[in-house]
Amino acid sequence: MTKVIKILGTGCPKCQTMTGVVKDVVSENNIDATIEKVEDIMEIMKFNVMTTPALVIDDVITIKGRVPSKDEVLALLN
Amino acid sequence: MFDWIQNIADWFVYDVLNMNQGQHLAEALNFFIYDTTKILILLFVVIFFMGIVNSYFPIDKVKNYLSRHKLYGLEYLMASLFGVVTPFCSCSSVPLFIGFVRGGIPLGVTFSFLITSPLVNEVAIGLFIGLFGLKTTIIYVISGVLLGTISGVILQKLKLESYLTPWVKEVLENAQREQDIFQAEKQPFKQRLPIIWAEVIKILKGIIPYVLVGIAIGGLMHGYIPEGFFEKYMDKDNLFAVPIATILAVPMYSNASGILPVVQVLVAKGIPLGTAIAFMMGVVGLSLPEAMLLKKVMTLKLIAIFFSVVTLCIIISGYVFNILL
Repeated sequence: MTKVIKILGTGCPKCQTMTGVVKDVVSENNIDATIEKVEDIMEIMKFNVMTTPALVIDDVITIKGRVPSKDEVLALLN
Repeated sequence: MFDWIQNIADWFVYDVLNMNQGQHLAEALNFFIYDTTKILILLFVVIFFMGIVNSYFPIDKVKNYLSRHKLYGLEYLMASLFGVVTPFCSCSSVPLFIGFVRGGIPLGVTFSFLITSPLVNEVAIGLFIGLFGLKTTIIYVISGVLLGTISGVILQKLKLESYLTPWVKEVLENAQREQDIFQAEKQPFKQRLPIIWAEVIKILKGIIPYVLVGIAIGGLMHGYIPEGFFEKYMDKDNLFAVPIATILAVPMYSNASGILPVVQVLVAKGIPLGTAIAFMMGVVGLSLPEAMLLKKVMTLKLIAIFFSVVTLCIIISGYVFNILL
C-alpha cells in the first residue's frame, strides 16, 4: 500500500533538511510512498503540532520539532 | 577549574610551536586556544544538559500544564521559566503561538513564553558562563526570566486580542482548556540518548563557525583597542547609551554565538555591563525575521506594541544593571 508522507513546516532550514532526509530514504530503499510538503500554517495547525518540522506518516505524527536521522525514518516507514 | 586548559594552550604554543612567551602572535594564539577550548566545553555541557531536560519535558507537556492550572498570576513566571528549558527554533514561533492560544492560555502568558525562550537559551547560557563567569550568567538568566514575566503581564493588561489576525481570533473563540491527555513517550534513557546526542552535535556544528569568528574578532580587538577606550562614550552616567545600544541591537539577528565574544571584549574595554547586557538582549530576544514570521498571526500594530514593550523592558533592565553592578 502506498504510504502517504507529509512534512509539516513553514520553510525553515530544518524543514528543508527533513524533506531531504525523507526523500533520500524513500528513493534509496524503493519505498512506495508519496511525499507532500505542507507549508500553509493553517493546514499545519490542523495536525495540532507546535514545533516544526513535523513528520506525518499515514496521518500519524511520528516526529516533531527536530530533524530525524535516515535510520530513524527508515524504521518508521517499515 | 580551567587551569588545565591553560596548561594545554601553553604547552601547544610554547613547546610544540616553539614560540616565545611575550611575543604578540604567541599571546594572541594562546588566548584563542584557551578561550575556544573553554567555551566549546561549556557549550557542550550546557546544550547536552538542556537536551536531556527538554527530552523529558517537551513543549506539549508545558502547554498542557499551563492550560490546566490556574496559578493566580504565577502562570506568567511559570511560562517564562518554561521558556528557559524548552528552546525552539524561531520558525516554530507561529505554531507555538497558535498552539498556546488554542489551549486557552491567555495571550500575555503566551508572550511571556515567547519572550524568554529565545532570550535565555542553552547557547547563550553556555557562552555567558565561558565569557563572563557564573555570577553574571545567573544575573542574566534571572533578569531574562523577569523580563519575560513582566512584559507578559503588561501585554495582557493592554488587552490586545483585537489586534490578532482574523483567523487567529477564530481560533481564540474556539479555544478550550484542553482535555487531551499527552501521550508521553515512555522511552528509556538509553533510547533517548542517541537522539539527544545527535541534536547536541547538530547545534554545536551550527554555531562553532560563529563562535570561532567571534572569538577571533574579539581577540584582535583585545590587542588593538586601548583599555578604557569606550568609557569616554558609554560611561554609566551617559543616559542615552542604554537606549541607543538596545535600539541598535533589535534589528540585528546573530544567533548570540557570534556577537557574545565581541561584547565581552567591549566590556573589558570599558562599556558598562548593563549597557552590554541590554544590547545582547536586543540582539537575541527580538529580531526582524521573527517579526516577519509573526505577521501571520498578529497585525503590524500588535507586533509594534509587542516589540515596543519588550524593548522598553530591556532598556529599563539595562539601567537597573548599571546601577546595581
